[in-house]
Amino acid sequence: MTTLTETRRPAAAGRRTTPATVLADSWVIAKRNLIKIKRVPEILVFILISPIMFVLLFAYVFGGAITPADPEAYREFLIAGIFAQTVVFGSTFTGAGLAEDMQKGIIDRFRSLPMSRAAVLIGRTASDVVYNVLTLIIMALTGLLVGWRIRNSMFDALAGFALLLVFAYAFSWVMAYVGLLVPSVEVINNASFIVIMPMTFISNAFVPLESFPTPLRIFAEWNPVSTVTQASRDLFGNNLPMSAPSDAWSLQNPVLYTLIWTVVIVLIFAPLSIARYRRTSA
Amino acid sequence: MSDIIVASGLVKRYGEVTALDGLDLRVPEGTVLGLLGPNGAGKTTAVRILTTLLRADEGQATVAGIDVARDPQGVRSRIGLSGQYAAVDEHLTGFENLDMVGRLYGLGRTRSRERARELLERFSLADAGDRPSKTYSGGMRRRLDLAAALVAEPPVLVLDEPTTGLDVRARQEMWDVIQELVSGGSTLLLTTQYLEEADLLADDIIVIDHGRAIAHGTADQLKSQVGGERVELVVQDEGDTRAAFAALATVATSEVQRSGGGKRLSARVDAGQRALADVLHRLQEAGVEVLDIGLRRPTLDDVFLELTGHVAEERDNEADQDRELVGSKEGSR
Repeated sequence: MTTLTETRRPAAAGRRTTPATVLADSWVIAKRNLIKIKRVPEILVFILISPIMFVLLFAYVFGGAITPADPEAYREFLIAGIFAQTVVFGSTFTGAGLAEDMQKGIIDRFRSLPMSRAAVLIGRTASDVVYNVLTLIIMALTGLLVGWRIRNSMFDALAGFALLLVFAYAFSWVMAYVGLLVPSVEVINNASFIVIMPMTFISNAFVPLESFPTPLRIFAEWNPVSTVTQASRDLFGNNLPMSAPSDAWSLQNPVLYTLIWTVVIVLIFAPLSIARYRRTSA
Repeated sequence: MSDIIVASGLVKRYGEVTALDGLDLRVPEGTVLGLLGPNGAGKTTAVRILTTLLRADEGQATVAGIDVARDPQGVRSRIGLSGQYAAVDEHLTGFENLDMVGRLYGLGRTRSRERARELLERFSLADAGDRPSKTYSGGMRRRLDLAAALVAEPPVLVLDEPTTGLDVRARQEMWDVIQELVSGGSTLLLTTQYLEEADLLADDIIVIDHGRAIAHGTADQLKSQVGGERVELVVQDEGDTRAAFAALATVATSEVQRSGGGKRLSARVDAGQRALADVLHRLQEAGVEVLDIGLRRPTLDDVFLELTGHVAEERDNEADQDRELVGSKEGSR
């Protein structure tokens, strides 16, 4: 029997998890997820079509009904709502992507490697930010076509986009957790529809809050989807001229309120998801 | 020579089911241990514990001197695992898959890329290296998966049923690759449900059934445990079976077994050469024409039958059908 192996030092021996390896591994995983956009362009087409459809349908179908006097003002008002809805729905992608990985052998490969346990999740949520950036770009262009304009400074507008992305990132962690709990792509898609659809519709995303019955209005005022919408609407300078601003604290301070939600969601769901990922199959 | 994998008293239960029931094993450095058993015997559970994917309920295991439960990350940097189902990303190319694995082992950009190209070359995947692995055949995917296990040149390789589900040709290619690794001095833990595979690749074999080891030894030792040689014959004409049976029974030290539609008979004998001559003589007298007759050493099939009272393959096929593993039956002959 040969003993060649005795002299061979394993290249990876003693690899330990440090903040640097967490980042490096997350980047490797994120890159892996992003390659999929290149290889499966259908996914991208699919995620881009629904926001474009929403922009066009709402702008032209509801615009005339909601603000008959000034349909163009409604179109401006609407865009921030569509942005918010779309990026929040984007989190479904995180859950579905993770669920898909969990069903495949690749997750055993990751688990048997001396990589950071958190990297699979950090990389996933990070790569989904890129998806959201792409959809925001497409939606903004569509919005410009139907008459949406940024009325504030470029800096304010960028802050609006950044807030949308940060909030969506937090939401990705919620869906990451769900994706680990129910590792089935179909269940994730249905579950997210059931939860996210009411969240985005019982909000100021598509209609001014004055029209809501009181209980729904209170829910909507404190719904973070409303506040992220309100914040970006303020930053874009797209408020409806005839609509009175709500005096709920959340909507008076939409940026701060949205950021509080963002931080709280990440602080709860990131550790929960990472713990869940470590435990699964052990 | 030191033992590079040591496991003692491994127990794993899933509710009422005991998947592993006190398994012990040792793999000396530079050798190949074959863990042989039918589906559901506990092979994969053992592998998952040794590769840190699963925690044992009881018992201890070390890999390269490191405790799998206490320092799983330390173990992970010293093993390469290739699983039953190819664990590669179908959207990535062969190169991207290997490069990713190298980076996650911490090899760094340059070294990962070098290793990826080297391994693609070595596993005859160089031409396909820049195509998404989705387009690969089953055999190519399995080779890519094995290559991924070798990226960091780990001192211990664990191959969980490396050829299950492959067709005969792809299996032969896989065997060639593994034999090359073995001759290069790798330490290998191999699970298989194919007796032929363990015989071909393993220095040492543990036969496992219902979560415990039921036999242990080299292929030769296991075969001699079943007893000496057998006379096997095939008659040309089915009408002659009875006469041939009688002829064989006079020299047999075991029951005469029939198979192959009754035309194939075999029995254990003591003094092999004399017994064979004797049987031939009697067949001649009885005027029986044989298609084939000979002395043979027992196969691991016989070992399994002897040890467990059932043939390994019968159970495999049922289980395989459950898992829709197409092609495993033709390969399991």
